[in-house]
Amino acid sequence: MSSPNTPATDFGERFGIGSRELDRALGSALDGPIDHADLFFEASTHDSVSLEDGIVKSGDRHLIQGVGVRAVSGEKQGYAHADDITVEALQVAAGTARAIASGSARGGSVALRGPGVPAQNLYPVALAPTEVPVATKVALLDAIDRYARAKDPRIVQVMASVICQHRNLMVAASDGAWVADAQPLVRLNVQVIAQGAEGRREVGYQGAGGRSELAGFLEPAAWQPIVDEAVRLALVNLGARPCPAGSFDVVLGPGWPGVLLHEAIGHGLEGDFNRKGVSAFSGRIGQRVAAAGVTVVDDGTLPGRRGSLNVDDEGTPTSRTVLIEDGILVGYLHDRLNARLMGHKPTGNGRRQSYAHLPMPRMTNTFMLAGKDDPGDILRSVKNGLYAKTFGGGQVDITSGKFVFSASEAYRIVDGQLAEPLRGASLIGNGPDVLTRVSRIGHDLELDHGVGTCGKDGQSVPVGVGLPTIRVDGITVGGTER
Amino acid sequence: MTALSRLSGLDSVQFALERARAAGAHSVDAVLAESDALEVRVRGKEVDTVTQSRERTLGIRVFADGPGGLRSAVTSSSDLSRDAVARLAEDTVALARATAPDPSAGLPAGGFARELPDLALFDPADRSLTPADWIALAQRAEDAARGADPRITNSEGSSASTSRTSVCYGSSAGFSGAYECASHSLYAQPVAAQNGAMQTSWWASASRTVAGLDSPEEVGRVAAQRTVAQLGATRAPTCEVPVIFDSSAARDLLGNVVGCLSGYSVYRGSSFLRGRTGQPIASERVTIVDDGRKRGGLGSKPFDGEGQPTRRNVLVERGVLRSWLLDSYSARKLGLATTGNAARHAGGAPSASPTNLWLEPGSGDLESLVRGLDRGLLVTGMLGMGFNPVTGDFSRGAHGFWIERGERIHPVQEITIAGNLGAMLTDIEALGADLHFLGAMGAPSLRVARMTLAGA
Repeated sequence: MSSPNTPATDFGERFGIGSRELDRALGSALDGPIDHADLFFEASTHDSVSLEDGIVKSGDRHLIQGVGVRAVSGEKQGYAHADDITVEALQVAAGTARAIASGSARGGSVALRGPGVPAQNLYPVALAPTEVPVATKVALLDAIDRYARAKDPRIVQVMASVICQHRNLMVAASDGAWVADAQPLVRLNVQVIAQGAEGRREVGYQGAGGRSELAGFLEPAAWQPIVDEAVRLALVNLGARPCPAGSFDVVLGPGWPGVLLHEAIGHGLEGDFNRKGVSAFSGRIGQRVAAAGVTVVDDGTLPGRRGSLNVDDEGTPTSRTVLIEDGILVGYLHDRLNARLMGHKPTGNGRRQSYAHLPMPRMTNTFMLAGKDDPGDILRSVKNGLYAKTFGGGQVDITSGKFVFSASEAYRIVDGQLAEPLRGASLIGNGPDVLTRVSRIGHDLELDHGVGTCGKDGQSVPVGVGLPTIRVDGITVGGTER
Repeated sequence: MTALSRLSGLDSVQFALERARAAGAHSVDAVLAESDALEVRVRGKEVDTVTQSRERTLGIRVFADGPGGLRSAVTSSSDLSRDAVARLAEDTVALARATAPDPSAGLPAGGFARELPDLALFDPADRSLTPADWIALAQRAEDAARGADPRITNSEGSSASTSRTSVCYGSSAGFSGAYECASHSLYAQPVAAQNGAMQTSWWASASRTVAGLDSPEEVGRVAAQRTVAQLGATRAPTCEVPVIFDSSAARDLLGNVVGCLSGYSVYRGSSFLRGRTGQPIASERVTIVDDGRKRGGLGSKPFDGEGQPTRRNVLVERGVLRSWLLDSYSARKLGLATTGNAARHAGGAPSASPTNLWLEPGSGDLESLVRGLDRGLLVTGMLGMGFNPVTGDFSRGAHGFWIERGERIHPVQEITIAGNLGAMLTDIEALGADLHFLGAMGAPSLRVARMTLAGA
């Protein structure tokens, strides 16, 4: 097994790939009218242990390794990948990748600088989470199961899992950049089903995670609140009433409801959609897209967060990018290709699921900065509306701007007071419109607990979101009651 | 050098089985998936991306003996050197010993596939197509989409993809087998603009053979037609109305039902259909079939992920729930027999999944359903994940058309449709004859008597 914080030299030792082999492969990929070429090496371990029905069912361990070679010519990208990290495979892949560009050869020669280590280390770990003995994870899940079932006799099912990853990557590019990073990732999931009167069942989920050691999740003080929350949610939902349908003033709670920003705003500001002119936000830099006071950032540099990275999957250091400043659209999220084509700077948002995927602009941790309002005052300001405290997932249509996301804990607000819990609530709106309806912003910014996964074009990457309590006026709520 | 020699096909599967047994496994199975794939995307007149890959992944599942039942672990790796496979097999045994005993764990005891019928899962002639041929197919779809209407001003591009996969499976219970399959697809996603507002929609075709694909012109034309049709969409008023789902929206809806038919969600108690076998759960117009041996089907395979023969299972017969989708583990948990629905990716544990699954068609077509509707909604696409399988609560974003007196009055968007999936299934009052597959799942258009629409 690999040790954490693997330097680039480790790829050299394990696979016989050194600067000479990298130079040659990049040179081959560049052999044509190519603007840019890069090599992406990955050697990752994913493991998970899961429990259900009171039994730790199975241990999973998956080793993922391979190399992807990319050649870029104008807007064209040629990509070849193989799970075989050998000099021969590299040469074949380089030849395939450069075949997208025909024409006169410019001849490739590269002077790699490095191997480098990222300038920042946002997730130092002494022991990679994938190296923690399985028995430790089994014991944690057993304890969670017993604790959850003891909390309330209505809990009829507990499903819990510990998912650990350790992703070693190395990027070498035709501009000489050469960097390696080791990225730990931990996630603990707890889902319970509660059964109430007349056999009615409801589910409660809570999770937590980040780029850290597993040790931080092993203490009862760390995992018990996660279980408490899952149980509380299931029991609240047992008493929930069907959600009304129509237009309402909605208060969003702090933290995970930031998924609203991710869906409604974030995807629409990814550079590829804007370079192609297919986003509802295309060409709108400098325009008002949100109410005064709304500032939204994407920040990949927060220590230990699930969406954070020392460098992105093109070797660019991550950064803090302001997307909306006091209501005005000011920035997009970029990878290298789209930044170059739009004449912008890369923002460190070029990400990919694995070596088997082309990088593209993706979010890291996306959140709205805190305002000045007291969260209690915000709630009291609503006469007849909804309080959405927690959400499940969401989805957006970039081009029309339509987005939808589903509440997993919501309450009716009547005369500024929380009333009955509601089930089956979803919110639908339009990205360029929804933030112009923000009328109050709380001082209680929270980031989520580290469980977000974003899907785009068939690729999944871990992300974070965050939000203070906010009030949004007149948003469509999809329920069943008139 | 041993360390550098790579194993292939059934050799690596057999070697993994031997090494796991030697390391003390009670029983073991292994699967090797090898695939070659090409995907090209064209945007406008330019090639956007060309991606080519060759992948091999070996997955091993080990059961270790112990008091109270077998303990299991699943591992995978793409490193197929003999040393790496031997180490992986030994690690899997060690990992299995660290987990807890499970009385339901284990390989299927028997009933393995005896004959492997030819299911027309590939056409050898298709191998002669070159990357340039696939680029040309994508370009034809893109040209058809872009040229279909002057309001098509842009696109996300059109793509063509092709892959060949061979699957080898073996288990210590005495079964081994292999098969080869191919998958090809065409996809187009144009963008239309009018009065400063943009819309996009997509269309696709997928098949085991190139000859089985719709023409790229057809894919591009339908994508353009669905895109342009949404221009000028507005919200509809909040109301309760009958809702027609076209075949592609109905297929999306069927996907929500399928998750609740998996044996895993049933024994976990997380399906709203649990305990309903033998009872009516839908309108008597509803029959849902899963058939792993549909000739040329994108979900077809001669044996499942545990070596069991695939078969035709009627899951819902004229509204009555008859069967779940089961692999051997979920079957044991429920005291039933496997239905041959074990799905096994080399990089994961088996699960119970559909093969080729469809909702049987009725009579008439989408237009006759529309003509028969006095006032209501036609849904052509849904957005979001607003479905709770435990309760059946359903509330998803939708777009389509407002219908009055049998006519499409205007396109609608930014609305939700909500109900309970159980009630929606019971309220299916008409089905079209227009059963349409995309991939391994198919549905005809259908009408649900009443749902709540939330809009303006």
